[in-house]
Amino acid sequence: MSQTLKTTETAVLDPVDRRIVAATQAGLPLDPRPWHRVAEQVGVAPDEVMRRVRRMLETGAIRRIGAVPNHYALGWKANGMSVWDVPDERVGEAGRMIGALDFVSHCYRRPRRPPDWPYNLFAMVHGQARWEVEEAVSHMASLLGPLDRGHTVLFSTKILKKTGLRIAG
Amino acid sequence: MDARDRELINALHGGFPVEERPYAAVAGSLGMTEDEVIARLARLLDARMLTRFGPLYDAVRLGGAFTLAAMAVPHERFDEVTEIVNSFPEVAHNYARNHDLNMWFVVATERPEGIGEVLSQIKDRTGLDVLNLPKEEEYFLELRLPA
Repeated sequence: MSQTLKTTETAVLDPVDRRIVAATQAGLPLDPRPWHRVAEQVGVAPDEVMRRVRRMLETGAIRRIGAVPNHYALGWKANGMSVWDVPDERVGEAGRMIGALDFVSHCYRRPRRPPDWPYNLFAMVHGQARWEVEEAVSHMASLLGPLDRGHTVLFSTKILKKTGLRIAG
Repeated sequence: MDARDRELINALHGGFPVEERPYAAVAGSLGMTEDEVIARLARLLDARMLTRFGPLYDAVRLGGAFTLAAMAVPHERFDEVTEIVNSFPEVAHNYARNHDLNMWFVVATERPEGIGEVLSQIKDRTGLDVLNLPKEEEYFLELRLPA
């Protein structure tokens, strides 16, 4: 199932919400009653924590609660940033089409910057080796058919910096 | 990672319940025990098969701002420019890529105005153009593991 999320609105979080974010952004406690452990840390009742977490799920401040696989450790050792020039009026259709593929982890519309950068759709493609990523990209091109007016795939040759993103706390 | 681990991870993609004993609820739907679910998650995190488990926050909706930026850096200046770009704490990730635009980095700031400020400082200090490529729409899906 694919869904399109708007990313322009800002959820209003009060200081208690922010303490919940800070207490859980590194992960949820692996304890039979994880929200109770969070509640102790935040200093409010467990029911209050759960009520606020449900509300953050409804407003989209929390995308979902789940596991983030380490693609590299799971054998997806190659990844490529595929970039596509598709007609602006059909970019949503194209994005949902390739975003639904198993080997695509992220798919975004971004602005073109002509003349240097004609591409408006990005999809991160994972494979066990570079040739697999290249094959996947060919498959995506055939799926897109005439929507694909040009594409390329960029492989990372070196990690220059990698730090964790911190949201609060 | 075994088949039961993959089943567990895929089940978690469907949503983790917000209730008093959530691991027990997930366990029930998979025919596992609460202890087994917790133990499997702990082992997968320890082995770094999972990078994290918990609420995944949308930083933009929490008031922060992000962008992806790209630069075409002359080969002989690559190390020097890398040092300048990496010196900004707002630059979270930076990758060399095989393209004329050979440096790609993510900028994260607490306020939306911060993005433009950081990018223009990078431009001033390097004398190079910086392409700002913010996410405008997301077609969101999970990477599914073969069961």
